[in-house]
Amino acid sequence: MQKHQAKREKNMSKIKDDIIEKIIFLCGILSIVFVTLIFAFLLKEGISFFRESSFINFILGKFWYPSSTPPEFGILSLIVGSFIVTVGACAIAVPIGIMSAVYISEFAPKSIRDILKSLVELMAAVPSVVIGFVGMVTVAPLVRSLLDIPTGLTAFTGSLMLAFMAMPTIVTISEDAIRSVPWEYKEGALALGATKWQTIRRIVLKAAMPGIIGAIMLGIGRVIGETMAVMMITGNAAHIPSSIFEPVRTMTATIAAEMGETVKGGLHYRALFAIALVLFSITFLVNFIADMFLGKSKNK
Amino acid sequence: METKSIQNKMFVENLSCYFGNKCVLEKVNLTIQKNEILTIIGPSNSGKTSFLRTLNRMNDFNPNFSRTGNVLLDDENIFHMNMEKLRTRVGMLFAMPIPLPMTIYENIVYAPKRLRLTKREKKSDLDLLVEQALKDASLWDEVKDRLNSSAMKLSGGQQQRLCIARILAIDPEIILFDEPCSGLDPISTAKVEETMLVLKDKYTIVLVTNNVKQASRVGSRTAFFLMGHLIEIDATEKIFVSPKEKQTNDYITGRFG
Repeated sequence: MQKHQAKREKNMSKIKDDIIEKIIFLCGILSIVFVTLIFAFLLKEGISFFRESSFINFILGKFWYPSSTPPEFGILSLIVGSFIVTVGACAIAVPIGIMSAVYISEFAPKSIRDILKSLVELMAAVPSVVIGFVGMVTVAPLVRSLLDIPTGLTAFTGSLMLAFMAMPTIVTISEDAIRSVPWEYKEGALALGATKWQTIRRIVLKAAMPGIIGAIMLGIGRVIGETMAVMMITGNAAHIPSSIFEPVRTMTATIAAEMGETVKGGLHYRALFAIALVLFSITFLVNFIADMFLGKSKNK
Repeated sequence: METKSIQNKMFVENLSCYFGNKCVLEKVNLTIQKNEILTIIGPSNSGKTSFLRTLNRMNDFNPNFSRTGNVLLDDENIFHMNMEKLRTRVGMLFAMPIPLPMTIYENIVYAPKRLRLTKREKKSDLDLLVEQALKDASLWDEVKDRLNSSAMKLSGGQQQRLCIARILAIDPEIILFDEPCSGLDPISTAKVEETMLVLKDKYTIVLVTNNVKQASRVGSRTAFFLMGHLIEIDATEKIFVSPKEKQTNDYITGRFG
């Protein structure tokens, strides 16, 4: 009798195990399903746009006049806009980010390191609309008066604010990479008579490089995809700028600003999806590269 | 042997070391003679590694470290010397072989080239330097055909000898070995020991080891440390055949430690 009961209990726990396992599997698979669905939806709407307009004209067309007759859907200026803002943000965020990562991991005394680390993490939590707002009311007028240009809402202002958003990602992940360089490497170099700076430059940064590149890529991914802040501070003029001190419009800002005004299923609507498709491909590529580098640093 | 005059290379005077409040080394006095292998034995926590790391100031990176007393290298106080300069004169080899994450060739030219220790900038000169260092470390024959492959692919014993070659490339006067064979198999150990005996002619060697047998095999003189005190230092044969102190005898005969 007792034996029977034990067996039944065993069966019960096995069934429970199975159920939990299934639930976990379902949760895991769901995220994949969602991403696939989003991609499929993008693809469906985007591709249907290219039935009526050529891909080449779309990518290389200089004019984005979605509501004139006949409308023109050329996103070259938007791609250039996104590109300039991203490159500008990286040019600011990457050197500063890596140097602060080096400072935090190698030079800062423990008390300062803890404060700095939590501040940097806090920086990552600032909502982008707040950054956009601060940029609009303080940084843009400053840029305008300092450089004596007609408007402060420029690609440069956008880069500046986006650099703030990319920096936490770059600092935190680079710092992890730098700190995971074994102490023995540093000791080995120091015992050969290298100075601290030589050790960091030649050994630590070199060994941490895959992780740092991954960090930069993730930072870039964040900047390219950013919408709210850029919409507020880059001026949103859809033309190809001749310098970084002119307003630009990015792909993300275009989608966000115009989606509300389009007729669902109309050509303009589908053109915006086509932009989203281009954007998705770019971010996917950037993340893919980042993964490759991060994976490489872990396997070593 | 007796005819060769003994030159003193390093004087350690009244050296005491502390980590925080804990005294790890108390009033150690000893001399290191030129072209000898001084082996330091003792159980763990005896302060032998702390002692070794003080000789090229590797302990200075630990913010809790402090010391009193002096160490003289050729009559110059090492604590007044430029730290990096000191480390090129007193090289150190660690317990774990840690090649730098680059090729074999780069590992060896790293220090001479980057630190501008050598005027030899030409490729052919550097090649010679690499060859000489690898030969002195008895590694040349094993790696001469793959100098440009990654140093991480070498076996443990080869990596350790590469680390020796790396130190030889900066041409130090003294080489400190911190339990260099603790992670190696007996055959690799034998090779490293052979290398040390060859190097003795050109360099002065201080070897910290947990392996008492190793000390008896390669040591010219042996020092026994216990609980931060230098108990006894003498010619290796004397230490192993007729030690003066009972504690030394107990340790080398394996009664404790």
